[in-house]
Amino acid sequence: MAQDDNGGTEITPAASSAVDRRPGDPGTAVIVQDAAENPGFPPHRARITDKDPRKQRRAERTVYTLFYVSIVGSIWAVAAYIAFPIESGNIADVRVSTLAIGIGMALALLAIGFGAVHWAKALMADKEGIDIRHPVRGSDETRDRAVEIFKEADTESGFGRRTLIRNSLIGALVAFPLPAIVLFRGLGPMNEDPVKLLSHTMWKRGTRLTRDPSGTPIKASDVTIGSVFHVIPEGLNDKEDALDQKAKAAVLLMRLDPKDLHPRPSRKDWAYDGIVAYSKICTHVGCPVALYEQQTHHLLCPCHQSQFDITHEARVIFGPASRPLPQLPITVDADGYLVAQSDFHEPVGPSFWERH
Amino acid sequence: MRETTHKIARRRKTGRRHPFATVALIAIGLGLTGGAYAAFNATGSTADAAASSQSDIDAGKKLFQANCASCHGLEAQGTSEAPSLIGVGAAAVDFQVGTGRMPMAMQGPQAQEKPSQFTQDQIDQLAAYVASLAPGPGIPDSKYTDGDGDAAKGAELFRVNCAMCHNVAGAGGALTEGKYAPPLHGVSPTHVYEAMVTGPQNMPVFNDKNISPEGKRDIITYLRFIQQNPSPGGFELGALGPVAEGLFIWIFGLGSIVALTVWITAKSN
Repeated sequence: MAQDDNGGTEITPAASSAVDRRPGDPGTAVIVQDAAENPGFPPHRARITDKDPRKQRRAERTVYTLFYVSIVGSIWAVAAYIAFPIESGNIADVRVSTLAIGIGMALALLAIGFGAVHWAKALMADKEGIDIRHPVRGSDETRDRAVEIFKEADTESGFGRRTLIRNSLIGALVAFPLPAIVLFRGLGPMNEDPVKLLSHTMWKRGTRLTRDPSGTPIKASDVTIGSVFHVIPEGLNDKEDALDQKAKAAVLLMRLDPKDLHPRPSRKDWAYDGIVAYSKICTHVGCPVALYEQQTHHLLCPCHQSQFDITHEARVIFGPASRPLPQLPITVDADGYLVAQSDFHEPVGPSFWERH
Repeated sequence: MRETTHKIARRRKTGRRHPFATVALIAIGLGLTGGAYAAFNATGSTADAAASSQSDIDAGKKLFQANCASCHGLEAQGTSEAPSLIGVGAAAVDFQVGTGRMPMAMQGPQAQEKPSQFTQDQIDQLAAYVASLAPGPGIPDSKYTDGDGDAAKGAELFRVNCAMCHNVAGAGGALTEGKYAPPLHGVSPTHVYEAMVTGPQNMPVFNDKNISPEGKRDIITYLRFIQQNPSPGGFELGALGPVAEGLFIWIFGLGSIVALTVWITAKSN
């Protein structure tokens, strides 16, 4: 209200000529002379607090009571902090303390807000006024002066004349973001090809399949039909970048009745007596796929409901994943432990630039 | 007197050289070896077949034929409607019948939990009968279901093996085509253990070689811990995660903002 263009004087609703058009301004192309006349505002309706002094006093009481309630809330919050200590570390105590302090602080803030709004609505002056919006376009005089200022600045600074200074400044600004680019590049793998890193995992010929998280090796005889084992490669827990490696190498191991499996001829020896191992990383966006239904042999990804059919090489039967889960070829070693025959034959997980 | 001892000695001698002595010795030897092997095997397995008497098995067979045989077959051999129960063990019966999943009220995506139709004695008899058909996982020892293991270790095992279906807070979750992993709150520790060992319906089996009995005890301890300790974050909203929380803030958060806006802009009376 302080920056009203009409200097604070209230203007009554007037005819549509309130915005004075400049001569020659085409205005709107359609002339709406036959439109209904602007009915203006409805008649002013006095508030009950303006008509009834008792109601006014009551509203006043409500407002200051709310502000007092806010004070009580603030004091309550301080008292609650002292009264409900969380030194025991017990979760129940933490909860009680948070609740009590929260109620106090919420009361303190909400009561101020409700009080202020109620004050404004019920007690502050209730007059209707119109502030006419001024045109957005500046006057021709202002516009000419602005152009003049730019020109003056150019002459005074010599920006257009001293081209060496100007060009060196532009060069400096271009060079300025270069450190950021170099530094961000440093976040990625430096000495290795990222495509190669994404295409290979820790698995190699003879790596034992071990239980997640203990890292103990798994015998083929441990895996009964209907079992599911969450598998990490042997030695993963000793790696410095164990989590990075796990994100690529996590495997789900299942045993089905061998006659339920329908592998293509080239993958016939990738399973061991009905035991199959598939990458746990979804080919859609890389969530861990581990919701295995042992009767339907379907594997469900919880993020976007992709479903994979384990009986048919984990082909996609529903959802947004575009590729089957990569299969890890496995066999058993001389001691009866399950080992990988090789790494995955294709990159695991979602697509990346070089793999669509 | 002298003559009597002599007679006994002679009889012994002839006994040892009797033509059937070799046969008898071999029979005794085989019997002892087999017996010892059987005894060793019985102690090795968790199935407590010895604890259930023949009368329990007979009573269980009658209950089975009256309540289960129409789907599972008179000899529990399975039909086109239901799988064979030979070798599922006492644990499967105690879980399925004890949680009311069996007998099924109707065919559906999966058997629903409901109040059990049988007393624990009847369930034990049924379990004894099914366990007598073929060896299978038995009722777990109470030392593994007391819930006094390592909750932190159990939480790690639960996160790796169970949380993807049952939710990290054990609140359950949806599977495909109407199937679901049920919530684990209020499920008895024995039933939790039995479910891990037997893999009911679409749940995979977690045998003792995958998660050791001590590990299962830790998982049960973790489940007990999260049931007994309140959530530090206040209302759990079913611990279902973003869906429940998003819906709550959508309805109540946006709703109260709309209500406040209407109140602030409405004309005062």
